[in-house]
Amino acid sequence: MNYFPDEVIEHIFDFISSHKDRNSISLVSKSWHKIERCSRKRVFIGNCYAINPERLIERFPSLRSLTLKGKPHFADFNLVPHEWGGFVHPWIVALAKARVGLQELRLKRMVVSDESLELLSRSFASFKSLVLVSCEGFTTDGLASVAANCRHLRELDLQENEIEDHRGQWLNCFPESSTALTSLNFSCLKGETNLAALERLVARSPNLESLKVNRAVPLDALTRLMSCAPQLVDLGVGSYENEPDQESFMKLMAAIKKCTELRSLSGFSEVAPLCLSAFYPICQNLTSLNLSYAAEIQGNHLIRFIQFCKRLQRLWILDSIGDKGLEVVASTCKELQELRVFPSDLHDEEDNDTAVTEIGLVAISAGCPKLHSILYFCKQMTNAALITVAKNCPNFIRFRLCILEPNKPDHTTSQSLDEGFGAIVQACKGLRRLSVSGLLTDKVFLYIGMYAEQLEMLSIAFAGDTDKGMLYVLNGCKKMRKLEIRDSPFGNAALLADVDKYRTMRSLWMSSCEVTLGGCKRLARNAPWLNVEIINENENNDLMERNEEDEREKVDRLYLYRTVVGARKDAPPCVTIL
Amino acid sequence: MAYEKVNEINLKDTELRLGLPGTEQVKEEQEVSCVRSNKRQYQSDNEEASTPPTKTQIVGWPPVRSYRKNNNSVSYVKVSMDGAPYLRKIDLKTYKNYPELLKELENMFKFTIGEYSEREGYKGSEVVPTYEDKDGDWMLVGDVPWDMFSSSCKRLRIMKGSDALALDSAL
Repeated sequence: MNYFPDEVIEHIFDFISSHKDRNSISLVSKSWHKIERCSRKRVFIGNCYAINPERLIERFPSLRSLTLKGKPHFADFNLVPHEWGGFVHPWIVALAKARVGLQELRLKRMVVSDESLELLSRSFASFKSLVLVSCEGFTTDGLASVAANCRHLRELDLQENEIEDHRGQWLNCFPESSTALTSLNFSCLKGETNLAALERLVARSPNLESLKVNRAVPLDALTRLMSCAPQLVDLGVGSYENEPDQESFMKLMAAIKKCTELRSLSGFSEVAPLCLSAFYPICQNLTSLNLSYAAEIQGNHLIRFIQFCKRLQRLWILDSIGDKGLEVVASTCKELQELRVFPSDLHDEEDNDTAVTEIGLVAISAGCPKLHSILYFCKQMTNAALITVAKNCPNFIRFRLCILEPNKPDHTTSQSLDEGFGAIVQACKGLRRLSVSGLLTDKVFLYIGMYAEQLEMLSIAFAGDTDKGMLYVLNGCKKMRKLEIRDSPFGNAALLADVDKYRTMRSLWMSSCEVTLGGCKRLARNAPWLNVEIINENENNDLMERNEEDEREKVDRLYLYRTVVGARKDAPPCVTIL
Repeated sequence: MAYEKVNEINLKDTELRLGLPGTEQVKEEQEVSCVRSNKRQYQSDNEEASTPPTKTQIVGWPPVRSYRKNNNSVSYVKVSMDGAPYLRKIDLKTYKNYPELLKELENMFKFTIGEYSEREGYKGSEVVPTYEDKDGDWMLVGDVPWDMFSSSCKRLRIMKGSDALALDSAL
């Protein structure tokens, strides 16, 4: 390979797209490092504080596509203060200043401002794709700048963001000359949009494949949209809590029938049964279905719908479908690969007969041989069921089980669920992500450390007895990248046992555990290449000034991550970086 | 963070929590609002809210994204007005505050409402907007902070005439 000119080697590298592979290539030799970095177009940064934009740009001057992740995962569940950080602005400023030819930006759990979006829209002439997932800090004004200024915009995908809706005319800001859109998702916007502008935009976008509207788009508007975009592959609809009249229903059904390319359906923040039935004609083509926001619709309607969906590969649903409903899924959806069952009754917690149990999980595992990813919220579980599931589905890559009540044992034997989860990790040799719940002792972690060789992400809550539990995991799981623990009795001994382990991990989160300030300080001293963040929301945070005694004080929230750029400068008062 | 194991009997419904009903996060300002909440009762009884065995709300559990939690909360409420032959349904989530809601109600039912004051209620109005909250109590619209109202309101009733005045003055 060394006898080939650089351009040839670069051309060969073009075929290698996986980040891991490209990272490996760059380690082979100095010349390969240089060729690789100069030709690299796509970069993925799992923790925006692990590096800074200047160094990124220096290494990868040809950057076209950047993915950045900010807040730790538990921020999704209100465990991280709003002002924690994860600001995208400095990145955009640096990229603009260096005149990087940025075309794609994907952000997850980051703070984005209207100012950032405005700067983005003006700085990158070839900008094509903006994907924001679980971000916050901006308004529809920011979207207006993107719409108005990004002349080559193809994709604007807003997933589950907190966006302040000024109910303005941002959709109007797409110029008439904008006809290149392939994907538009504004399902998370709460306010009304200009329907006429939306219809005109869709009508002049012949390449539009994915359209996800928000709940404020009424049924007749949806019908018109579908009529002028029968080429849609991916559709997200609004909220239809009232039954349509006969005429509207017929028109809707006619429009739906024309959408023969439709493969993915979502939205439905509320849907009346008749409305849902209008989609029957295309059910057999669906490979992806998300009905997990329709809290009012009853199980029997869901079941009737799913019976038509024989080609489904991905299903997101509420537990109102019940075990019976899951049995129907198991017998109908033989191609199913990913299933998520969310809890419907979060507020009242009445004894809910229609919630799902171990019965539904076992049925799915028995009926769907291709299943590899599952997220399952349920009210009870047994070891026997988990053992059966493990036997039926040894191909799990992601297995996340959430038993709603913390510390709940096997409801038939009253024992811990160690054996059940043990069976899962032992059988599923390719398991990369695992979330455990229910009553669990140190033993489950012994099993995880022993068997989960490919495990990269582990989420632990209300589990374990002693430091040994955490140690089993840290010592055993060689591929661990993200470990997040809450309300478990792991302390300094586990935290400090093998400091170098954290070099191989992206991050560790521990909240409401037994680690103390003293332990964290010691860790920070022994590992200067780590940022050890203590998050303490309550009062003045001059932790360093406190006296010796406070070293024994337990740390409420600890978040540590490897970094090459030292302590970040943008931490709020509630965060102390040791 | 301490939490207590669940009792066999689920007494959650009678629980007196520090925090908005339906939310898990305990914020300081919400605690304060709860304390300040003055329920205007019809009855003159002085019953205290039944004290619950505390199962402390656990922050961030179950692990469901707040986006999803907010979406799943049922927010359609029925609105009735004394003397009007029809019922309407509205989505409380589409309003950000009391003035917006009251304006919409005025439009819907064709009435005008006076100024709300914490001390005197809707003095001077011909109608009084009331609502039934999660505990089954009838309250005056405006008594509690908006967020608390929008998550606990089950039904709205716009009262007219003497009933209205009685509720209003029962402080």
